[in-house]
Amino acid sequence: MPEFILEARQIACYRDERTLFSCLNFHLHSGQILLIEGVNGAGKTSLLRILTGLRQPDEGELFWNDESIQDLAAAFYRDVAYIGHNNGLKDTLTAQENLQYAQALAVPTLSIDEALQQVQLNGYQNTPVRYLSAGQRRRLALARLLCTHKTLWILDEPYTSLDKSSIQMVEQLIAAHVKQGRMVVMTSHHETHLPAPLVQKIELRR
Amino acid sequence: MTLLIAFAAVIRRDVLLAYRHSSELINPLAFFVMVVTLFPLALGAEPLLLKRIAPAIIWVAALLASLLSMETLFKSDFEDGSLELMVMTPHPLSLLVLAKVIAHWLLSSVPLLLMTPFIATMLGMDTDVMMVLLTTLLLGMPVLSLIGAIAVALTLGLGKGGALLAVLVLPLYVPMLIFASGAVDAATSGLPVSGHLSMLSAIFFATLTLTPLPTAVALKMSLS
Repeated sequence: MPEFILEARQIACYRDERTLFSCLNFHLHSGQILLIEGVNGAGKTSLLRILTGLRQPDEGELFWNDESIQDLAAAFYRDVAYIGHNNGLKDTLTAQENLQYAQALAVPTLSIDEALQQVQLNGYQNTPVRYLSAGQRRRLALARLLCTHKTLWILDEPYTSLDKSSIQMVEQLIAAHVKQGRMVVMTSHHETHLPAPLVQKIELRR
Repeated sequence: MTLLIAFAAVIRRDVLLAYRHSSELINPLAFFVMVVTLFPLALGAEPLLLKRIAPAIIWVAALLASLLSMETLFKSDFEDGSLELMVMTPHPLSLLVLAKVIAHWLLSSVPLLLMTPFIATMLGMDTDVMMVLLTTLLLGMPVLSLIGAIAVALTLGLGKGGALLAVLVLPLYVPMLIFASGAVDAATSGLPVSGHLSMLSAIFFATLTLTPLPTAVALKMSLS
């Protein structure tokens, strides 16, 4: 199993001359989960967007397997999947069409039916996304992760609008993903029941 | 190979979306037809004048119609987060951007091109002039989409960028409009048009190769 390392060196982020965080360092290895905690406005989403490479850190650098992600550029995205506040789904397309599009942009793994089964959306293949509830959309976005081959999942509040049993299901999916020697970075307000020895925590304070 | 699959998937998805949102498809076309139809009404009984200015009417109407549909190019993708997904692929973003622009051209310009012969006949244009006009539209409309894409990508983060978009983009359309109307003018007076058409082709190929890259950069800037 190939070993992956995500490393942050002296990352800093400023907004409106306010320091959200600075001198942030961490190492994340295969099989680990990084949980980012903090109050509203502490910079959790900003940090995640920096980790995805969508936003540049104001100071410091990020390394993926000892290569700067700025140098890796598009090659970094072969391994990374991101779910932000928005699910990135198209309302007028069906669940299946949304996943087909995601698969075409990446390396497919699970079939669409299997992925939908895992997030308990079986039978919704041909339902346009606008008829799905908020929680179902969130689960469909997670199905996108399952049907493409990605090493690092970056999840911004994955539990938003999910009910208790769905949260449990997502936790199991995350644990299974990590067990395969991959990694997850996530933020959450909720109490999590992830396998404790694998979890690293970063708390951002204002 | 995977790039080809991704390229095709982007086009396919945008065509499918437009098909489901048929108003986006029909609005620019209806706008184009309405604007052109208003001219004979406003000019009164002047068939010769109308025939003379018909190419200009059609070009300006096509330009405005294309501008009307321009914002949809990245806006909804930006709002629902699918733009982030498109940026976060291992493929070169500029090529996926090109795929989106091709889809936009297919959906906004091809219907106008198909409508133009009827409109031109209505305005009393001669067939040979109409053929030249169609050629200039065929070369020029993709340029509209390609240049417009940069401006749309730049104004994404600004919320309501509608008016700003027009101010940014319309001056950049001027060179193409000049050569297009030059070609049609030459055709009307029976002069050779190849010079103008060569210039138009040059503009087309220059924008085709040069604009996807800055568009991709502008998109990344809008997202960060």
